[in-house]
This record gives sequence, structure tokens and C-alpha cells, in this order.
Amino acid sequence: MASERTPDRDVAIETGITTDPIGRLDAFDDLSTHADGAVLVFQGRVRETNEGRKVSGLSYEAYGEMAEKELAAICGEAAASFEIGAVRAVHRVGDLELGDVAVVVGVAAPHRNACYEASRFVIEQVKVRLPVWKHERYADGETGWVGAPAVTKAASR
Amino acid sequence: MGDLIRVKTLFFGVYGELAASREDVTELPGDSTVSDLVEALRGPRGFDWLPDRVVVAVNQTYAESGTVLADGDEVALIPPVAGG
Repeated sequence: MASERTPDRDVAIETGITTDPIGRLDAFDDLSTHADGAVLVFQGRVRETNEGRKVSGLSYEAYGEMAEKELAAICGEAAASFEIGAVRAVHRVGDLELGDVAVVVGVAAPHRNACYEASRFVIEQVKVRLPVWKHERYADGETGWVGAPAVTKAASR
Repeated sequence: MGDLIRVKTLFFGVYGELAASREDVTELPGDSTVSDLVEALRGPRGFDWLPDRVVVAVNQTYAESGTVLADGDEVALIPPVAGG
């Protein structure tokens, strides 16, 4: 069991979309086996500013069933593309406060290169594919959908 | 003209806000495509704020505008995603 892992081995994949708070980094202690010399945990957190505006909080909406499938597909692609042992990704939905963890990506791999590459791949794919939307609340009392097309902004006035 | 089909349309994010609804059932002629559905929503339904090249998923998988719809399909209108 100590042998170095190969790309065709079984990669442990665990994904989820949840309304529960995403907790501590040590929840990832179980991610690796002794075959993995590298573990990375990336957290995306709610930032206090966006495009120059002061943010007071936000709410994520998801197309739940599709988001579950898409996140599993993304992690499956990471498992097939990089020499890793495990990948875990969870995205939170619902109301979040500043500093709350919105998304977490954990990867374990024998070596650091594949670990970094797989981690980066997963979060970048989440950004472009995961059917999740962000409704920000601003300090001035306004709210808005992040990235909404211009044509919709004109219509909502 | 074949039989009519009924497709469930889901509106997310800003689209849900503008449609003032999350869900809608649209009747279309058989063999209608995703484009036909979008035109039906923009015209007869007055959802003219839908972008020309709106992203859609059919039965929870991203689909092209030429995808042919079947009775009972679930079509989600997907505004620019903003996860992470």
C-alpha cells in the first residue's frame, strides 16, 4: 500500500453543496494517506469589498441538483488529469457573513506539483461552470447580483 | 407540426428576480429547440431582458441553442455564474 500512486488508481472524491457552515482546516486531516506527501486546502472566503464597493454580506443561490453533479464532474476530471490521491470540494449556499468560507477545495497527492495543479484546476472550473449565483448586500443598503448582464441591469431599474 | 410539448423552465439569480418567478411551464410545438423556447419567452412572455446568447442547461446539463427539446424537459436559464 505504500507504493506511489499512479493516474489510474482509485482517487477518493467527495463533493457537496451545503447550507451548513464550512468549518476548520483540521477537518481535512483525513484527506491523505501515507502515499501522499502533499496536502493543500484552499478556502474561498467572503471579502469585505467587491469592485470598489463595501460588502456587508451575501447570499448564494444554487441550481442544487445540477451544482452537485457539476462539482462531482469537475473533481472527477481533476482525478483523471492529475496524479492525486484525493480531492474534496464543498460549496456553501444561503446567507453568508464577511469572512465565512464560501468554498473549500482539498487535494492530497504524492507530490506538490500535481497537488497545486489539481487545486487550481478545481477552483477555476468552479468559477466558470458551477451553477451558483452571488447576491451581494452592500454597506450603503443596496443589493445586486454579481456579474449580471447589462441588459438585465437596465430592466431592473 | 407535431404534438405540443410542455417544458419546465427554471429562472435563477437575476433572471428569477426579473421574471418574478422561479419556475414556468411553456407549451411549444414538437421539435422545438432551446432557441425557440428563448424566443417564446422573449416575445410572447415579454422577457426581453434575456440576453441573445443566454446560457441554458437541459435536464441539468449545459446545452446548445440548437438542442431539440422533448416533452417534460427541464430547461434552466443560467445567468453568469459567480461561485467561489
